Amino acid sequence: MSELASKQIVAQEKVAGPWKEAWRSFRKSKAALFGLAIVTFFIIIAFIGPLVAPFGMNDQVLSNRLQPPSAEHWFGTDDLGRDIFSRVLYGARISLTVGFSAVLLSAVMGSFLGIIAGYYGRWIDTIISRIFDIMLAFPSILLAIAVVSILGPSLQNALIAIAIINVPTFGRLIRSRVLMIKQEEYIVAARAIGMKNSRILWNHILPNSMTPVIVQGTLAIATAIIEAAALGFLGLGAVAPQAEWGKMLADARVYFINAPWAMVFPGISIMLTVIGFNLMGDGLRDALDPKMKN
Amino acid sequence: MTRKVLLDVKGLETTFFTDDGAVQAVDNIHFDVHEGEILGIVGESGCGKSVTSLSIMGLVPSPPGKITNGEILLEGKDLTKLTDKQMRAVRGKDVAMIFQEPMTSLNPLFTIGNQLVEAIRIHNKSWSKKQAIARAIEIMKLVGLPRSEELINEYPHQLSGGMRQRVMIAMALVCDPKVLIADEPTTALDVTIQAQILKLMKDLNERLNTAILLITHDLGVVAETCERVVVMYAGQVVEEAPVKEIFKNPQHPYTQGLIQSVPDMRYKKDSLFSIPGNVPKPGSIKTGCRFAARCQYVTERCTAETPALFELSSTHKSRCFLVEEGIKQ
Repeated sequence: MSELASKQIVAQEKVAGPWKEAWRSFRKSKAALFGLAIVTFFIIIAFIGPLVAPFGMNDQVLSNRLQPPSAEHWFGTDDLGRDIFSRVLYGARISLTVGFSAVLLSAVMGSFLGIIAGYYGRWIDTIISRIFDIMLAFPSILLAIAVVSILGPSLQNALIAIAIINVPTFGRLIRSRVLMIKQEEYIVAARAIGMKNSRILWNHILPNSMTPVIVQGTLAIATAIIEAAALGFLGLGAVAPQAEWGKMLADARVYFINAPWAMVFPGISIMLTVIGFNLMGDGLRDALDPKMKN
Repeated sequence: MTRKVLLDVKGLETTFFTDDGAVQAVDNIHFDVHEGEILGIVGESGCGKSVTSLSIMGLVPSPPGKITNGEILLEGKDLTKLTDKQMRAVRGKDVAMIFQEPMTSLNPLFTIGNQLVEAIRIHNKSWSKKQAIARAIEIMKLVGLPRSEELINEYPHQLSGGMRQRVMIAMALVCDPKVLIADEPTTALDVTIQAQILKLMKDLNERLNTAILLITHDLGVVAETCERVVVMYAGQVVEEAPVKEIFKNPQHPYTQGLIQSVPDMRYKKDSLFSIPGNVPKPGSIKTGCRFAARCQYVTERCTAETPALFELSSTHKSRCFLVEEGIKQ
């Protein structure tokens, strides 16, 4: 090895923390980068969408009902003469907010319960794990419907429902991870220098259990967006006149033969976002999985 | 030897309560560690060495493990009677431990400096971060880590096994413990690094006057570093003697077998000596000598009665009827 090359390696290694290394390996996958690009695109839209939208979310022009795509209305108009392109832009904010917050909520709740179950074990573990089992025994959308029917249909309640049904997934994931990590020698070593249980739990076990949560979280955002759309479609999530993608699909369903664009564009948006998050999640999983490292 | 007894293990019994019943991994063990001494504990895998060290640290996984009898006196204070909180104050400060696997003993997500500083500040809560970093660098230099200032910003995976073991030793010594328990500290390292680490430990023992309890299965390591040796077999102490004495005049047939099975470069041998049979499962032998099934000098008495630890001299003890009979003659 030339001196220059070895110098470069040393220089590279100096800055390489575990996260930087993961990014290096993430970057290698084209699919993952494509996913990241889609996700970034929709996140940007979620932020600036309402600013660049040519029309307001609820601007109705009844003389312009169910117009096909044109130079003025890029994605056409719906049954109330609202501009679909503008509504799709507004909808990005709603869908992503629901996806991110629902997953964040369930990841936090699930991680907390999972860590406690995994670390303390015994009866605490039994209680928490059995609750997870009961929740997983129901099909998730049914459980979500049940939760919404208790809380009443609204976007916020749909978000809470989606968060609740995802808690066991995260909880079990973290629990199994904690069970593994608490056997690691560095945890015994941390005890041997006199560290407190709580400190070991939050400072050492938690950060080391995070990688599968990040991967699962990314994939779960995709599912959460679909679930929110499904609840919206069933009339249990977003209510009129909110521009939620699933709700838009449901409203346009009646006119599908005459005005397919009213369904196609929100549908494509859902599909693209979900594909983006899935590709990104797969890439993250490969990048963060120690077994895939070369 | 007039040095003060620092750590005194008296009749220690550690039992694991498993589904198949209670298993005594450590059975009525006595030994002491003097101030500034290196004591070796030798034995095969599964003889209870590691459980002994974990018992001293109060880190026996519970459940299923529990100290069921005996005392562990550190300067007269019984560690088995301390509360969790009191024990935490002892760990790392009075008794520290280093482990077998340097590759997995450090948290992969944090830098070396981070972990050292954390260890320092657990027992010195009033220290500022700056003070702690200065101390970390000082202790890293003490254990012979090169370019310490840069190393504190590096992650464990960037270090070699030998360097990581030095970091572990640094972490253990950072609060000036009185006793350092080293559980097979060199087993996972290659031979040249092994020698360096042992030399370092011996050196630190002399400079800092830290007593070391060296747990190993390697008699070569014992010969090089220890002053006294305790030989363990199937959860019991079978022989205890100063290191020179044990190599010159081993009394227990198990110790003799162990010494014979060390390869000797001076003689050409076709095959290495080995003790026939395997270590019995803990708890499987109720009466009689636990080594009887593998012993070449076995008599009827060995399976009928349980031998006690007989004193040959004030420093040499052996758990064998032959020794007792030898003394009687």
